[in-house]
Parts: sequence; C-alpha cells; structure tokens
Amino acid sequence: MGVFTATNVAFMLGGFVKTIEISALSIILSVALGTVLAMVKQYCTGRLRVLSVIASAYIELFRCTPNLLWILFVYFTVKGNDVLISVLAFTLFTSAVMAEIVRGGLNSIPKSQFEAAQSQGFGFFQSMRLIILPQTFKLIIPALFGQCTTVVKDSSYLAGINVAEFMYTSKVIMATTTSLDQILLVYGFIFLLYFALNFGISLAVRRYQRSLVAA
Amino acid sequence: MDLFDPMRWQQTLANMDMFWEGFGFTLRVVLAGLALALVLGTVLGIFSTTRSKVLHAINRVYVEFYQNTPLPVQVFFMYAAGPLILQRVTGASDPVRIASFTLGTLGVGLYHAAYISEVIRQGIESVPRGQMEAALSQGFSRAQAYRYVILPQTFRIILPPLCNQALNLVKNTSVLALIAGGDLMYNADNFVSTYGYLQGYVMCCLLYFLICFPLALLVQHLERSSSRTPRRRRRAVAAQAGQAAGGEA
Repeated sequence: MGVFTATNVAFMLGGFVKTIEISALSIILSVALGTVLAMVKQYCTGRLRVLSVIASAYIELFRCTPNLLWILFVYFTVKGNDVLISVLAFTLFTSAVMAEIVRGGLNSIPKSQFEAAQSQGFGFFQSMRLIILPQTFKLIIPALFGQCTTVVKDSSYLAGINVAEFMYTSKVIMATTTSLDQILLVYGFIFLLYFALNFGISLAVRRYQRSLVAA
Repeated sequence: MDLFDPMRWQQTLANMDMFWEGFGFTLRVVLAGLALALVLGTVLGIFSTTRSKVLHAINRVYVEFYQNTPLPVQVFFMYAAGPLILQRVTGASDPVRIASFTLGTLGVGLYHAAYISEVIRQGIESVPRGQMEAALSQGFSRAQAYRYVILPQTFRIILPPLCNQALNLVKNTSVLALIAGGDLMYNADNFVSTYGYLQGYVMCCLLYFLICFPLALLVQHLERSSSRTPRRRRRAVAAQAGQAAGGEA
C-alpha cells in the first residue's frame, strides 16, 4: 500500500493551504509596513532625520541576517498560535525587503510630480496617496510579486519549528515509509505543488510586464 | 531583563568557540557554493544566448525548476533521498552518507546558479548588438571589442545583482541548520536550546551581519556607480536592481 491514501493526501494538502494562508497574510502586512518604512527612510528629513536613520538600520539589519534566524528567534520569544508566530516572523524580515522595493519605486518617480502636486495645494499625505504611491506601485508590481514567490518558498523554513505547513505535513507522511520509491513520489508531489504555485505567480508577472511594454 | 543579564552574556562569550566553529564552516560553504554557482550560472547564462534550441531548453528548465521550488525542500530532498539513491546506484549495502558540507555547497550552489544565470543573460543581452558592429567598424578585432567595449559595459550591469546574489547565498547557507547542520545557525540554535539564553541568537545575528553588511555596502556602492551610466540606460538598470532585490532568496 502506497502513502498516497486519501487521508494522507488530504493531510498534506491541509499543509499546503496553511502555506498559502501564512504567505498571503505575511505579504499583505509586509507591503503595508514596508511602504511605511520606505516613506520614513525617504522623506523624514530635518528634525525627523532620526526616524529615517532608524528605518535604514531596520532595513539593513533584516537584509543582512538569515530569515531562519528570525523564525527561530520569534519562536523562542513569542508564545502563541503557530500561524501568528509565523506571520510575525515573516513580516519582520519581508517588510525590510518590501521597503527597499518601494523605495526603488519612489526614487524613479520624477521630483516634478511632487512639486506639481504641491503647487496644486496637495499636502504631503494627499500627494503621496493620490499622486506618488499609485505611480510607484504600478512600477514595482513585478518586483513585489517576485518577492511573493520568495515568501512562499521561504515558508518551508517553518518546518524547522514544526509549523504544520506543506513541507512539514509532507515530512510527517514520508516518515511513515522507508521505501525509496514512495519517498521519491512524495518529493515529486511537493516539488510539483510548490512549482505550480510559484510558476503561476511568475507567469502572471510576466504577462503584466508584457502588457506594460505593449501599452 | 534577561537580554542584558551580564551573567548570561559571560556564559555566551565563554562558548564563543562553538560560534566561531560554525562561522568558519558557514564561510567555507559560502566560498564553495559561490564558486559552484558562478561557474554553473555563467555556463547556463551563456547557454541562453546561443542559437541552440537544446541549450536554450536546458537553461529554461533548470532556471524555472530552481527558482520556483523552495531551497529547504531541495536540501531536504538531497538529505533524505540522496543517500538512498546513491545506495541504489552504487549497490552499497547501506545508505551512502553525504557530508553536511557537500549538501550545503550543492544546495546553495545549484540554487543560486539559476539566479546567476539570469543575471548573466540579462547582462549579455543588455549590450546592444550595434556596439559590437560599431567597434568592428572602427578597426577593433573581435577580442579587442570584447575587451574594451562589450565586457566593461556588461560588468557594470551585472556586478550589483551578482553581489546581491552572493549576499543572499550567505544567508541561505543557514538552511543547513534544518538538516545535518554544523553551520553558524545550527551551532547558535544548539547553544540556545542547551542554555535557554536568547544571547545565542543575538551573537549569531552579529556574526551573520559581519559577513553580509560589507556585501550590502558593496552592492549599494556598485549600484550607485552603475547608475552614473548615460541617462537612457538608467531606467533599465534601476528595473534590474529592483528585480535583483525581488529575487531576494
């Protein structure tokens, strides 16, 4: 009898759903926090300069240390539900990456857009929300979605702290067999599902990029 | 607060051997993995610029597979199935043990080769064909044209994302902590689970930062100098830098 029984497959797919949940929540929170970080780093000057320095330090710290470190760190310090712990850890470091992506976008918006908005009487937050950020996000969508595949892939690190995401549930199933053929089949299944999800995202990004070029 | 407890810090510093041992191991995996990724990535990148359909297909399949599946899964696979596969292939009586160093080098090396091959491809494609034609028409030999016209432009474009890949590769070696271990992350985690002191993670963070921060500064510096290229190319370079940041892990 192989390991691909209905219960086992349902168990593994349950993990896959959890992988998607954790990734989606982390991405949404990271984009929000990353945008704030990028704006603080970019626009806090004068008396607020200290905030800009703090944002830069945050970004550098998380860009220069491994994700697994922060997963273990949060697991060790925060007690709670495993989805909460996972999302917290992922938001910590993904927001630093998102901040750099958003800042790259902000940099490529011509200064004149800002000046034009202000000359029309828009305040800082108004011109950000109505003029600058919409243009920024349009530019950085490919990079943002590229980062989404990274989050999905990195969520498999969570198997290290026994969060029942896809890699973990699959490992549990594999532990029930010693047959190499069965193990290879399960790995084929794992690779296939991760690949389908990430490749789907990549294809969507490519289509979007082509539509930009065509426009 | 425990984090500032001097006694705990003393205990951590007394165990520095463990951390340095992991640090050295991580560095060795980084160097070997980077060498593998650069060689394989360059070969694969060149594949995609040739006219051969077969080489093209090899490049695409490799890049798509490695970029769209998680590194931890790839490494788990080599760790769990590798010894059994080797046993079957070689006909040995027991599963063939694969050293942690080998797993780490192959893991990050093969994974980042996919990203590096994309960087190389973009670098080669970003120099317009007209540059070569112009150089030849000015009496440069083909080798001279590469040396003085094409390669300097290519390097300028690929160096920042290449260094970014090196930085990510350093961080990704921590995947070893999930399996056989021996690296910095694994040893630090061992320390924390032995003593229950958070200080182990802080020390680990500092040591990774020690390797990665200079690399991050280098990336910034290179990005700035490559953005001093003529205005027309600036957007393309910025877009690539964004993608490089997007290809984070």
